[in-house]
Amino acid sequence: MSTSTAGRFVGQSVKRREDPRLLTGHGRYVDDVMLPGMLHCTFVRSDAARGRIVRVDVEDARAVEGVIAVLTAADLNPYAGDMQPTMLQGMPGAPLRPLADGDVRFVGEPIVLIVAETRYLAEDAAELVEVDIDVEPAVIDVEHALDDDAPLVHPELGTNLGGEMESPIAPELQALFDGDNVVRRTFRQQRHNPVPMETRGIVVEYEPNVGELHAWMSTQNPHEAKNAMARVAGVPSHLVRVEAHDVGGGFGQKFFTPREELVVALAARRLGRTLKWIEDRRENLISANHARADVGHCTFALDDEGRLLGAYIDHIEDAGSFPVGATGGAGQLVGLLFTGPYRCPAASLRTRAVWTNTSGRGAYRGPWMFETVAREQMVDAAARQIGMDPLEWRRRNVIAMAELPYSMPTGLPLDMVSPSETLEQAAQIIGYDAFRVEQQRLLAEEGRLVGIGLGLYVEPSTGMMDPMGTETAVVRVNLNGQVTVSLGTGAHGQGIETTMAQVVAEELGIELDDVTIVQGDSAVTAYGRGTGGSGTAVIAGNSCRNACAIVRAKAIEIAAHLMEAAPEDLEIVDSQISVKGTPTRSVPWREVARISYLETARLPEGMEVGLEATATFKAPPFSWSNACHACTVEVDRATGVVSILRYVVSEDCGVMINPMIVEGQVAGGVVQGIGGVLYEHFIYDEDGNPLTTTFMDYLLPTTTEVPKIEYGHVETPAPTPGGHKGMGEGGAIGSPPAIFNAVADALASVGATIDRTPLSPDAILDALG
Amino acid sequence: MLPVEMIVNGERRRGSVEPRLTLADFLREQCSLTGTHLGCEHGVCGACTVLLDGEAVRACLMFAIQADGSEVTTIEGLGSPDGELSTVQDAFRSEHGLQCGFCTPGFVVSVTALLKENPHPSDVEIREALSGNLCRCTGYQGIIAAVHRAAEVSQ
Repeated sequence: MSTSTAGRFVGQSVKRREDPRLLTGHGRYVDDVMLPGMLHCTFVRSDAARGRIVRVDVEDARAVEGVIAVLTAADLNPYAGDMQPTMLQGMPGAPLRPLADGDVRFVGEPIVLIVAETRYLAEDAAELVEVDIDVEPAVIDVEHALDDDAPLVHPELGTNLGGEMESPIAPELQALFDGDNVVRRTFRQQRHNPVPMETRGIVVEYEPNVGELHAWMSTQNPHEAKNAMARVAGVPSHLVRVEAHDVGGGFGQKFFTPREELVVALAARRLGRTLKWIEDRRENLISANHARADVGHCTFALDDEGRLLGAYIDHIEDAGSFPVGATGGAGQLVGLLFTGPYRCPAASLRTRAVWTNTSGRGAYRGPWMFETVAREQMVDAAARQIGMDPLEWRRRNVIAMAELPYSMPTGLPLDMVSPSETLEQAAQIIGYDAFRVEQQRLLAEEGRLVGIGLGLYVEPSTGMMDPMGTETAVVRVNLNGQVTVSLGTGAHGQGIETTMAQVVAEELGIELDDVTIVQGDSAVTAYGRGTGGSGTAVIAGNSCRNACAIVRAKAIEIAAHLMEAAPEDLEIVDSQISVKGTPTRSVPWREVARISYLETARLPEGMEVGLEATATFKAPPFSWSNACHACTVEVDRATGVVSILRYVVSEDCGVMINPMIVEGQVAGGVVQGIGGVLYEHFIYDEDGNPLTTTFMDYLLPTTTEVPKIEYGHVETPAPTPGGHKGMGEGGAIGSPPAIFNAVADALASVGATIDRTPLSPDAILDALG
Repeated sequence: MLPVEMIVNGERRRGSVEPRLTLADFLREQCSLTGTHLGCEHGVCGACTVLLDGEAVRACLMFAIQADGSEVTTIEGLGSPDGELSTVQDAFRSEHGLQCGFCTPGFVVSVTALLKENPHPSDVEIREALSGNLCRCTGYQGIIAAVHRAAEVSQ
């Protein structure tokens, strides 16, 4: 089923062209950029979560030999333009500021920027800066941040409620909730972090007589960085250039342009110098975007046969102090998608984003994924409550393909998905029924606790937000027929140089090795949305297709003119433009390219010289993809340790461009989900002091904790050209509830329950009593 | 400043260093070998792993001066000068053992050291040997498969 639509290149697991440079140490990450006269930056950050800045003494730091500048809020803030991302200009949000001014609002907030000849000297000087803070009580617990006596994170806003969306519960729905067959649960997901292996960083040069601000940056989104820096540093945007060569992961953290990078760009503009700032790991953990941190109070109403009649979620997201990219970023989609792939006649929601004196929330691979966490955990809770197997509950409630298009109770139109098929495929691969038998035997005969869990979801990738839904491709055929394609993407591990070349080679009928993708440079690519939100295959892929269609039609027209044939009789196969059925009547692709530039007299009358096209693609609001995750676990009753026994993903991302890369994306997301459920926890104490500031305390999954992941593919082509669907985020969306449900299933056999993550050994032992 | 001298990827390198300069910074800044990456600077992530006299070490946890007189091999020194990938590098490519590539040099160096010591590691041995290297993109699936492949190819 999965390979039926494979082409010469699209659908093939071709090896990545990025790999040779990355495998030999010849990638070019931001810290590898070393320029003449480059100075090094470090920040002095707040060690208090909330308080008034009484004194900042930088004199000793300024006196250090090799220190060029020590900048405080007074030196930078008055010159800064609007720091909100371009697509969120004018929308409500946190009062962003370059450096802390007058007060501090989370531990890690930057107060002073030091510029020195070396990083070592900058850090020496940072030690000499004296900051006195009159510490005040902080708001750390999001569930008490809206209490009447809670201090205000942002006094100028007058409330800790950053945003709210509510659809009131209709009387009919309330009547269901007042009935007997109701399931109520509250689930909590802990704060954790995207943790790209490459921290954030920027090199930025500005010389007043050149007038150009030129930055190299670890970003997913070079055009947004360009526009944000132009605004904040006060440089005309046509004189700002942002390049991102290789980027060492992002997962959402590098989608918008964060505060520190903007501060360094502004400082370079003020000083007229070339500055480098490379974040260290402690900074990345305490002050780069945090994520997840959700609470959901959920209600399901069921009929006597377990069918879902009504659903409600009251969701609170911890937005932190200065979130990047939105107030909180998740809540509305959590509410809108809560019923997911299940039939549900009525639903209602309330979502609130709440300020706290913690590091700001930001995007992390499926920023809204708590809808799947809360729903799928509710499904298992509901099934257990009524004594039904969770797989059977899903079979009764899942929307079948024959019912599509289906209008979700919140009005979102669900179509071209296969949740039922992926559910069955995942259950079959993992051997669901056989596991149930074995589970009972292991408990009865050996006292062992094993469990099985499912996570089923639909993902609305692509164009929901208008600025995220378009991309422009420039397809330029060189004189010898080889093709250079430029895209506004910002790849950070997705293999875009490979997959987009596959699409272009397929569309043009030429060799893969004759296509090069240029991206990650705002000066040589048209404006683009960057890489994130599972958008590249659909949006960039189809902008390539649209540009290729123009180029292809023109090449065929030229060939038809040369061969005195009709264009509709021609095709391009293996870099030859030939008459269909008569391959001997042909002209080489590269000959057409050469003639288009150099022998223009041979072109059809009036045809424009050259072989190049620019085209855009506007994605439809929804390109639904879906998957079912299934896993089995064992819980060690003595130690509380959870081990994953098997892990299966059945996914449907439509037509795959490169199955190897699809499976790689799924695997990466799954293991981030494993980390999120079992290990990763960014902990603040009650005063807002971060306790997990190194990799010794903030635990990532390693080779010894991850299972071998098994894959199943279902292919329901999207209605857009190419039939692809977004899939970059899904692995991290489906995995957390699948693992949670498996652990809950194992514990249920001895009557133990869980309602929050992480499922650390201590948490499991607590649950077991 | 102290004089330091070592053989890096077969070439003699001399430098003058502060005692506190890490080996990683020496390699990156004074030798322009930027393939050695810094992911945590506290010895947990393994991205900066290099071979010191054949042993895998963390270049962020050593001072350059401690490597004085040693032979260092970085990721740049593992393939052929003409660009041909080593067996381990090629296996990583075949098995999709890398995505963003930032942790990759540390893994490739660690795996190279592992296979030298244990040419036919079991799956458990591979996982234990690599548990000190962090990858955030691949879920380790392709990395483990790459080690198996490299071991088979070398046979």
